[in-house]
Amino acid sequence: MTTRPFSDVVYHQFLAEEKLMGSRCNHCHARYVPPRPLCPRCLRGDLEWEEANGRGRLVAFTCIAVAPPFMAAQGYGRKKPYVVGVVELEGGGRVDARIEGVDPQRPEDIRIGMPLKVKFLHLRDVEPPASYLAFEPL
Amino acid sequence: MNKRKLGRGVTIVGAGMTRFGLFKDRDSKDLFAEAFTEMLGSVDRGVDPAEVEALYIGNFSNDYFARQSHWAPLIADVIGLCPKAATRTEGACASSALAFREGVFAIASGFYDLVIVGGVEDMSKRTTEEVAEGLALAAAPYESRAGFTFPGVFGAVATAYFDRYGARREHLMDITIKSHRNAPLNPKAQFPFTIRDAMQAKAESLRKRGQPVPDWKDEKDFLRDPGVNPMVAWPLYLYDCCPISDGASCLLLAAEPIARRFTDDPIHVIGIGQGSGRGFHGSSDLTTFEATRHAAQEAYAMAGLAPRDIQFAEVHDCFSIAELIHIEDLGFFKPGEGYKAVSDGQTRLDGPKPINTSGGLKCKGHPVGATGTSQLYEVWTQLRGQAGARQIPQADLRFGAAHNLGGTGGTSTFTILERR
Ligand SMILES: [Zn+2]
Repeated sequence: MTTRPFSDVVYHQFLAEEKLMGSRCNHCHARYVPPRPLCPRCLRGDLEWEEANGRGRLVAFTCIAVAPPFMAAQGYGRKKPYVVGVVELEGGGRVDARIEGVDPQRPEDIRIGMPLKVKFLHLRDVEPPASYLAFEPL
Repeated sequence: MNKRKLGRGVTIVGAGMTRFGLFKDRDSKDLFAEAFTEMLGSVDRGVDPAEVEALYIGNFSNDYFARQSHWAPLIADVIGLCPKAATRTEGACASSALAFREGVFAIASGFYDLVIVGGVEDMSKRTTEEVAEGLALAAAPYESRAGFTFPGVFGAVATAYFDRYGARREHLMDITIKSHRNAPLNPKAQFPFTIRDAMQAKAESLRKRGQPVPDWKDEKDFLRDPGVNPMVAWPLYLYDCCPISDGASCLLLAAEPIARRFTDDPIHVIGIGQGSGRGFHGSSDLTTFEATRHAAQEAYAMAGLAPRDIQFAEVHDCFSIAELIHIEDLGFFKPGEGYKAVSDGQTRLDGPKPINTSGGLKCKGHPVGATGTSQLYEVWTQLRGQAGARQIPQADLRFGAAHNLGGTGGTSTFTILERR
């Protein structure tokens, strides 16, 4: 069992290793993805890392046509919108993620509730290299 | 729920604000000076500024937008308050509602009798991209990292709301059309025109350039035209979003026992509430803001009032969908019923529950840190019957309220005011 701190930094390091990891409370057994330094129910730090199975469903989404600088730098914007959403994970936890494999030009066709599976995006030509959480239709 | 109360009564005896807009040749000091001067002039029996004991000033991100932190003493200097106490509060878009609360608590505790509370933001000196990046500093970090923008967060809220309750983009247009109907009646508004005015202006400019003028058959048809109303973040379009603005607003708060030295018509603070919320990752329901529900419960309990008692309100319509969520979270309409009420005209100026008579953030403008106290300025003005062409036609206004939301639901406040 790993003893890395239950921090956002480590959460993102795990994403770079293509693992979607959360914290499991050893007291009440609730799981949080992303991890939390204390279980918010028990306010205890008696936690362990647990890998999510990577499946979930879409609970909300948007297609963004006016992109923030780091997405604009990857060519996204008015001519090339992208989809981001909120995904509820099997086994507990909600994550914000890019949604791939759907048509950003046809948002009216994207269905809330659709089953999704995890996918990891790696940007190697930025400094420092960054990994992002994404999902695509199951 | 604890029924909280103030140690002693607090009243608003003066209010002032700049027009909201883009003021390239003035910074926060200049804007606050204008709001302060108008506030002094609004005090019916006058006030000697030397009597003011402290300043609480809300500001979100002038650090980023104006490359200057530590605004409280700078503003205090401009209004002749140095060396007395000046404190800055930060709660994203709710920054000046927090300044207001600090002022209320300071007077209620008996420590001060007379304080100025207000807010300011200076956003127009940066590019739109820089402003968007600055605003995103108030979102939850996982949201920004995933690529959510501010409009994107509220766009996602809209998809969740639409999915659950069957509302459509056309219902959001009803909110935009309503706000733009109020705006020309407000001399402080950044966009003082109706959607029909915008339609005529667009047709005129196309005609002048020799381009074909589309045959828009009504306001919604105009808003459906991507040439005038492009998508920002599905299902939100340009006309669903509040603008980038500069501006300042302030209020003079007095302890109830001395209020009548300044006016025969003080406005009483009878309910205040504040809540905190989690981002998307911590929310089980995206069609509501837990921070708002908490703030509202606190304020209603303190005032001994129910939502139906509130005759009108300013709510934080940073995006059209936000207004819909708030009027339900505040209990004015049942969950899933808000959009029907808006489409029925219930929230219009002449409806039974006028919402955002000022034109709201959408039309009045949203200089982030100045918004909270500008909403209270509107409620104060309406309660005193001084709103001119936008005065709510209901007779005997007594209870009005203001709701201010910071970030993507992280901070929320609700304030109930009474005219006695
Ligand atoms: Zn626990």
